Amino acid sequence: MKLSPQWLRDFVDLNADLRQLADDLTLAGIAVESISGEGSEAVFEMDITTNRPDAMNHYGVARECSAIYDLPLTPIEPKLPPAAQAASSGGQAGTTARVVSYQGAHPPVTFPIEITEPELCPRFTARVLRNVTIKASPDKVKQRLALLDQRPISNAVDATNYVLWEMGKPTHVFDLDLLEGGRIIVRRAKDGETLKTLDGVERKLSSEDLVVADGKKPVGLAGVMGGFDTMITDKTRNILIESAWWDPVTIRKASRRHGLHTDASHRFERGADFESTVVSCDRVAELILQSGGGELVGGAVDVIARRLDQAPVALHVSEVHRILGEKLDAREIFRILDRLGFDVLPERGGEADFTIRIPSWRLDVEREIDIIEEIARLHGYDKFANTLPAYAGAVVELPDAEKDCKLRSSLLALGYDEAVSLTFISHHDAERFSRVPAIELANPLSEEASVMRTSMVPGMLGMMAYNLNRGSDNVRLFETGNVFEASGATANQLKRVCLGATGSAVLPGVHQPSRPLSFFDLKGDVEALLHPFRCKLLAYDSQTPKYYHPGRSARAVMDGEIVVQFGQIHPDVAAARKLRQDVFIAEFYLDLLYQHALREVRYEALPRYPAVERDFSFIFDDSVKFEQIREAMTALHIHEMRSFVPVEIFRGGNVPAGKYSFLLRARFQSGERTLREEEVGQWCPRIIKALEALGGTQRM
Amino acid sequence: MAYTVPKLKDWSAKALDKAGAKLLAALEQESTAVKNKADWKTFRDRWIGRKNGVLTQINDLWLKAAPKDAKRDVGQRVNEIKQQVTAGVEATAFPEGQVNPRIAGEGRSVLSRPASRGVGTVTAALDISLPGNRRALGAEHPIIKTMNEIVSVFRNLGYSVEEGPEIETDYYNFEALNFPPNHPARDTQDTLFIANQESKPLRDRLLLRTHTSPVQIRSMEKMKPPVRVVCPGKVHRNDAPDATHSPIFHQVEGLAVDTNITFCDLKGTLDHAMKALFGSSVKTRFYPSYFPFTEPSADVQISCIFCGGTGYRDGGRCPNCKASGWIELLGCGMVDPNVYRFVDYDARKVSGFAFGMGVERIAILKYGVDDIQLFFNGDARFLEQFG
Repeated sequence: MKLSPQWLRDFVDLNADLRQLADDLTLAGIAVESISGEGSEAVFEMDITTNRPDAMNHYGVARECSAIYDLPLTPIEPKLPPAAQAASSGGQAGTTARVVSYQGAHPPVTFPIEITEPELCPRFTARVLRNVTIKASPDKVKQRLALLDQRPISNAVDATNYVLWEMGKPTHVFDLDLLEGGRIIVRRAKDGETLKTLDGVERKLSSEDLVVADGKKPVGLAGVMGGFDTMITDKTRNILIESAWWDPVTIRKASRRHGLHTDASHRFERGADFESTVVSCDRVAELILQSGGGELVGGAVDVIARRLDQAPVALHVSEVHRILGEKLDAREIFRILDRLGFDVLPERGGEADFTIRIPSWRLDVEREIDIIEEIARLHGYDKFANTLPAYAGAVVELPDAEKDCKLRSSLLALGYDEAVSLTFISHHDAERFSRVPAIELANPLSEEASVMRTSMVPGMLGMMAYNLNRGSDNVRLFETGNVFEASGATANQLKRVCLGATGSAVLPGVHQPSRPLSFFDLKGDVEALLHPFRCKLLAYDSQTPKYYHPGRSARAVMDGEIVVQFGQIHPDVAAARKLRQDVFIAEFYLDLLYQHALREVRYEALPRYPAVERDFSFIFDDSVKFEQIREAMTALHIHEMRSFVPVEIFRGGNVPAGKYSFLLRARFQSGERTLREEEVGQWCPRIIKALEALGGTQRM
Repeated sequence: MAYTVPKLKDWSAKALDKAGAKLLAALEQESTAVKNKADWKTFRDRWIGRKNGVLTQINDLWLKAAPKDAKRDVGQRVNEIKQQVTAGVEATAFPEGQVNPRIAGEGRSVLSRPASRGVGTVTAALDISLPGNRRALGAEHPIIKTMNEIVSVFRNLGYSVEEGPEIETDYYNFEALNFPPNHPARDTQDTLFIANQESKPLRDRLLLRTHTSPVQIRSMEKMKPPVRVVCPGKVHRNDAPDATHSPIFHQVEGLAVDTNITFCDLKGTLDHAMKALFGSSVKTRFYPSYFPFTEPSADVQISCIFCGGTGYRDGGRCPNCKASGWIELLGCGMVDPNVYRFVDYDARKVSGFAFGMGVERIAILKYGVDDIQLFFNGDARFLEQFG
């Protein structure tokens, strides 16, 4: 919202310079975001919080200034000429409505107003003007509106706009001669009724809509926007001014239903000042009469269907102290509240210290804590001391904190950069990269971001592509995050880590040649990352989903549960995403992995006796996997065999096709003695026999 | 002329050094003659072969022959030589048909290990100004790093870490935080809603949490006062991505509830936290704001860390604080009594404060990042700056 400091001076005699004024208002909770222009042309860009519709206008801000600086506030008191004509009929309301004529110097009531929904429209005030000349507004009005970026239209329309910015009360003007049936009815719309609003849009109405209607048709969407067909034009001579109070929730719903957010609806849905309907109506009349001539017909028609109940609040000074922590004395409390327009009545003999009556413009203040906030903000937040509270309690870590930390620090040490990608993916990717039901967004940002991610892979591939497209071709990333799946009516959130790698395993340099990243580099990383977790059996199989390369991907199965899926991305998927080099992915299922505790280290005595190594060179059929060899060696139960590792694999040359030459190395060591040649000599034949049982032939 | 292991007569340190150097020089020289795998096998057998290799010979001729009182010293030197020879022989190995890269790359030296105590100074000095073989370390993401830093400031003040789901119900994201249905403050949240929720009661409808504040409610439901929790996490808003907006971002929420918590404590705690995060010279400024779940509510500014709070720097207006000297950083307030009703706390007996800060905002300030999208596109050139 824009605000003219010059306009404030209509109501309060400010001494502070602009910068100071902006600061003082901000520190009292009426935030000035920025200042533009100078002198009388200066404009404040305001950021008024939702709870303070009373400050979304000049008079309201002037009222705050008056409280901050303890200056008198000049009230708005429209001066109207005597009315030309006497009353003709009375106001009418639903069964609970009362008709109250305005207690001014004017003759009463000229136009019948009927309220059929007293809950939604507790008050409706109207005035009639005749023989008005519609023309441009006076320069002062035009300039002030222009300063707030408001387009001047005509004197009558500008008058309502001016009053909105002056005192925050939205009003509306009708061409009286276009109102049919000689009356105003506030009612629900009938299903099927339509209303062309001022913006020229034909709107379908339903019984949920509250309208201002004449004897025949809706002429305004209550509290939101007036009707097109009854608007002020150059031909208008006679005017009806509306100033009502509308139920905030009704206005908010209507504004949302019709996608129509207006300055009026913005204020009504936050709560306008119930007591300002008459004065705002008079102010609009005054402004129109000043510029457009014409005469007032009768007094204000002020129909009050129901009064707003603003209960007084009991205030305890002890509660002020308990919440704020500073011993503000009762006189200071009184002074602050009094300046803000609250009636502060000392309670005698009661349990509270004060009874506070709330001014009609402060619908946000209902409770003792709201009063305490008023005291704190006018006292000045910065005047309160900075203290640290005493505390006797213990810090509790999240159950997985240690595992998260271990995994993350290992990933960083392995050279993976930590990344964060968006949480949304497309329907297509959800189907391609997972088999779980995706959770759909009702109002997605785009088609590409229409469901919550069911897999981290699309996001990771997106990031890999982003890098490859920008010439970064050695990239390792990891992302920790949640994936989501629908589970009946609820949403499951599952924690994952996803790795992406592409480029070289060994970076090129003067000392060593480069080497491209392979499946086994990734597998090594997976092994290193799984190592800290305790398990009985860790095995790998190749049952990976279709988006992986069928021959270069695997799953890590820890005690029967799949904890990681990893490998090269399928060439088709890579091609579809225009990945111009091999990309490797690993998905860690933390919900399953974290069911395993971290290893607890127990020290093992260092070997005191030398180890002995023996190499075995065999030719195997391609179908023989190392896993089988490893299992066969384990089954030998040679306690002193500390390791049995592959050393070299060779295909081609004099090795027949479909077979490979495999150099394996056994390492024997005893914790109790130096091993003798004969002992090792006894184990070797057993190993050879086991390897031969797998179809191997020893190379001589 | 092929090298032969000499018999030693002098067992002094000087003589041993000289003999060792000679031996390693011979190794170095012979290694350069290795051209193929067959050569290498011969070379290997000559130097480290079990049967009469050079190492076996020095074991016999130098160590075994040494006088008793010199054995200890000789043994150590022989071991060092053995290690260097073994490493040298291994370093000469290479796959068939290729030039040995190590020889090619390192001035043909196979003995990269610097000799201790003068033994085996066998190679020309390296150009140590060449870059090392550096293994890349991963870089922490600036947002996660900043988030962890914030959390640790509060952990040190006795706050436990709590987390909550990213997909929340209307109840936790709004209702229990005192945003009644149809409250205009809901508009400020730009909520992303989950589809197909219309058949449920409003409070059970799912949405993406717009702030980490729901974790306050979840924490208070779980525990009785005193409560001190800090809740880091990801949140979502319906904001189209641009340089200053992102549909995802991160927040750290904090909550302290006890029998004795005051507005002064809120101020003191956040003043301490801002000093811990931005340096002890930083000042804080509190001014009234509005959040449905706190009353009184405040926004907190810190003195501009770029211009020292003066509003001017480098002879002009400070662009970071728009010459105001202050930077807005977080929202906070005393927990609204209405919130306690939802978690069954007695508002007359307990009081507390809550605060929430945007991690991206703080990281942008700390690192001078000018486009929030950089945090979320995984650009390695960006991420590696934080390594």
